[in-house]
Amino acid sequence: MTTAVDMRHYVRSDKIEASPPPTLSRGPLAWMRENLFSSPLNALLTLAVLYLLYVIIPPVVRFLFLDAVWTGTDRAACREDMVGHPVGACWAFVVEKINFFTYGSYPAPERWRVNIFFLLLAIGVGWLLWLRAPRRDLGAVYFFWVFPIASYILLTGGNADFGLGFWIKFAVVGLVLIGLLAGAASLLGTSIRTALIAAAAIVAAVGVTLAFIDWDFGLLPVPTSLWGGILVTLLVATVGIVFSLPFGILLALGRRSKLPILRLASVIFIEFVRGVPLITVLIMANTMLPLFLPPDTGVDRLVRPLVGTAIFASAYMAEVVRGGLQAMPKGQYEGAMSLGLNYPQMMVFIILPQALRIVIPGIVNTFIGLFKDTSLVSVVGIFDLIRAIESSRIDPNWAAPTISYTGYAFAALFYFIFCWGMSRYSIGVERRLAAGQTR
Amino acid sequence: MNSVVSQAESPKKSFLYDPRVRAAFYQILLVVIVAYLFYKAGTNAYENLQRAKIASGFGFLENTAGFDISQSLIPFSAAGSSYGDAFIVGLLNTLVVSAIGIVFATILGFTVGIARLSTNWMVAKVAMVYVETLRNIPLLLQLLFWYIAVLGPLPQPRNSLEMGGGFFLNARGLFMPRPIFASDVSAILVALAIGLAVAFVFRRWARKQQAATGRQYRVGLVTAGLVLGLPILTWIVLALTATNPISFDLPRKGTFNLQGGMQILPEFVALLVGLTTYTAAFIAEVVRAGILAVSKGQSEAAGSLGLKPGQTLRLVVVPQAMRVIVPPLTSQYLNLTKNSSLAVAIGYPDLVQVFMGTVLNQTGQAIEVVVITMGVYLTISLVTSFVMNIYNRRVAIVER
Repeated sequence: MTTAVDMRHYVRSDKIEASPPPTLSRGPLAWMRENLFSSPLNALLTLAVLYLLYVIIPPVVRFLFLDAVWTGTDRAACREDMVGHPVGACWAFVVEKINFFTYGSYPAPERWRVNIFFLLLAIGVGWLLWLRAPRRDLGAVYFFWVFPIASYILLTGGNADFGLGFWIKFAVVGLVLIGLLAGAASLLGTSIRTALIAAAAIVAAVGVTLAFIDWDFGLLPVPTSLWGGILVTLLVATVGIVFSLPFGILLALGRRSKLPILRLASVIFIEFVRGVPLITVLIMANTMLPLFLPPDTGVDRLVRPLVGTAIFASAYMAEVVRGGLQAMPKGQYEGAMSLGLNYPQMMVFIILPQALRIVIPGIVNTFIGLFKDTSLVSVVGIFDLIRAIESSRIDPNWAAPTISYTGYAFAALFYFIFCWGMSRYSIGVERRLAAGQTR
Repeated sequence: MNSVVSQAESPKKSFLYDPRVRAAFYQILLVVIVAYLFYKAGTNAYENLQRAKIASGFGFLENTAGFDISQSLIPFSAAGSSYGDAFIVGLLNTLVVSAIGIVFATILGFTVGIARLSTNWMVAKVAMVYVETLRNIPLLLQLLFWYIAVLGPLPQPRNSLEMGGGFFLNARGLFMPRPIFASDVSAILVALAIGLAVAFVFRRWARKQQAATGRQYRVGLVTAGLVLGLPILTWIVLALTATNPISFDLPRKGTFNLQGGMQILPEFVALLVGLTTYTAAFIAEVVRAGILAVSKGQSEAAGSLGLKPGQTLRLVVVPQAMRVIVPPLTSQYLNLTKNSSLAVAIGYPDLVQVFMGTVLNQTGQAIEVVVITMGVYLTISLVTSFVMNIYNRRVAIVER
């Protein structure tokens, strides 16, 4: 192909006029032109969205703030025919019922115990989530051991009163366990001293736990049927978190294990639980748990959904942790083994600290899902926040047209603040972890 | 492996140090514990059932149900139908709401996901607010909101809201025209089948032609014309020459209720709207992540090859994004199906509400009912993931 065989050359003899500077390259008008009206289609979209906002936002603002009723003691304050102007959200209803929403029917003089539970929970969560907090290992001990015991004692009143017979049995079992471990150690030819110390530590930990539960702290016992509202919502979420993380880690290790039966058992459990809806797991826990236990053991009605939630959350947590384990380069495992570490040492000191760190965003996302899912316990008859609102909004004392909307708005706000906060945190951690890798 | 074996065989070490012995020991221990737990649970369950005088087994499925279900796709009556029929009714209702929900959630989710990436600041921000709000509020609360707060205050049937075109809305649900098919509707179906077949052949031919000569044909236009145009043409011809093959039964206002037409339960509407909007927020995030995962160089390269923006999107970006989008999209579909079980909270007769609720309470056959219900959901999950694995293998990047 030949080009420009017979091309007339043209040379300009004068300069081209300088173009005028582009109008408005910065400032709000330019920004609007670039981001809102860059093309006819975009202009149309912008106008459509503006119209949509015009339709939605003013009524919502009017409902939530301008027309809202903030004070009042009964329905008279929130009825249009009584106050004489349109009534939006009846926040007076929430103000009056806030204690019910928070504690359910928990006896009023004992509510300080619930408050301490909230405080302890906040300390534990903060300790674990703040990545630069001091002694986060102690934080884990606190959150997974001290805090559950303290909460149990605070909320129920403790004083399980096992009796002398139980303690004798416990002592016998403990001694047998110590003996077994020592025997195994001598069989393996390893240090019997270490085995004795380990066994004694396990027995002592369990013993201390049981002793605390057994001890009479002089707290008034509060049956779980009186618990309710945000207390139960947070309790279900907390139990889910406290149990799902350790069990999820064990399941994930099982799924990654080289032992075929162990792996198969883990896979079946995880896939089974992840394949069915939470509500069926809760109904199963509600109807089948009492069937599978000896006839004389009555299972507390609150414990059943807690078991269901813990099982459900563990399966999801296992998959998140597995992701972290798989992301570990093989060299980490090989390095640990070449140092002579055995499997538990390798996992506890080398693999898990790194693997868990990179899946923190995933763990937090699972918690967000879990937190939202706690609302399902209301379906199986547990008195959580949703139930508290459902039962309050039909209170004849507060019979007003906007009560339902107000109740739902309050619940939505509560869940939104928690979930949104957690998701912000997870995004922050993600960004921080990514920052280390993009160097 | 060799070194391990030789170590194990060396006389100094105890056989307890052999990894195979340890593996066997741990696994046998696990099997024993699990078997013991199952044994204990089984005997306890047997004892408890004996005490409660509940006969185990699946015979109860044959018994007469004795309750009514507000929405059923198959004929169902309290007197003449069995618990087994109730199971099928519930299962079909679950599948119907899930299938329709998946279609709408996909459309809405893709729209919102693309809107989040829009260059239009306002569109992107509104899409973001939508996603953040809906994702962070429990679905149960949203369903209650739609059912009780939005659909609850609708007027009684005599004051139905008339929406035009034979659509009415009232506290008993959405009423709409019901199509009545005459016998020669089959001609339209035949036309549709022919249209599909011809379109398929034409597409293959067009693709071959393009590969051979580079000439492009308006495949989309021709396909639409064949698949939509042919049946509509048949319909028009039939309507002009013979009887109208499809007529509509319009709902009419009676004294207390609307007569005729097709009724859609408010529970169904609330569940569908709730599931759709909630899942769409998740799908939007999946779509956004998928599109962002296609590197900018791809669309730039496509542009420098002379593809138009539309072609770039259709031929370069979307096929690559779909590879990232499809697996999480599938799990969102499964989530939607599983979340449809929340119908129990607002009384839509889905599988859980009918079978795990009413049937379980009436018969007390907890184990059988729970096993069947969970089996259904498990089957749906496993079949879907099986199909998706096949799809994934087909679209996966072929590594060199």
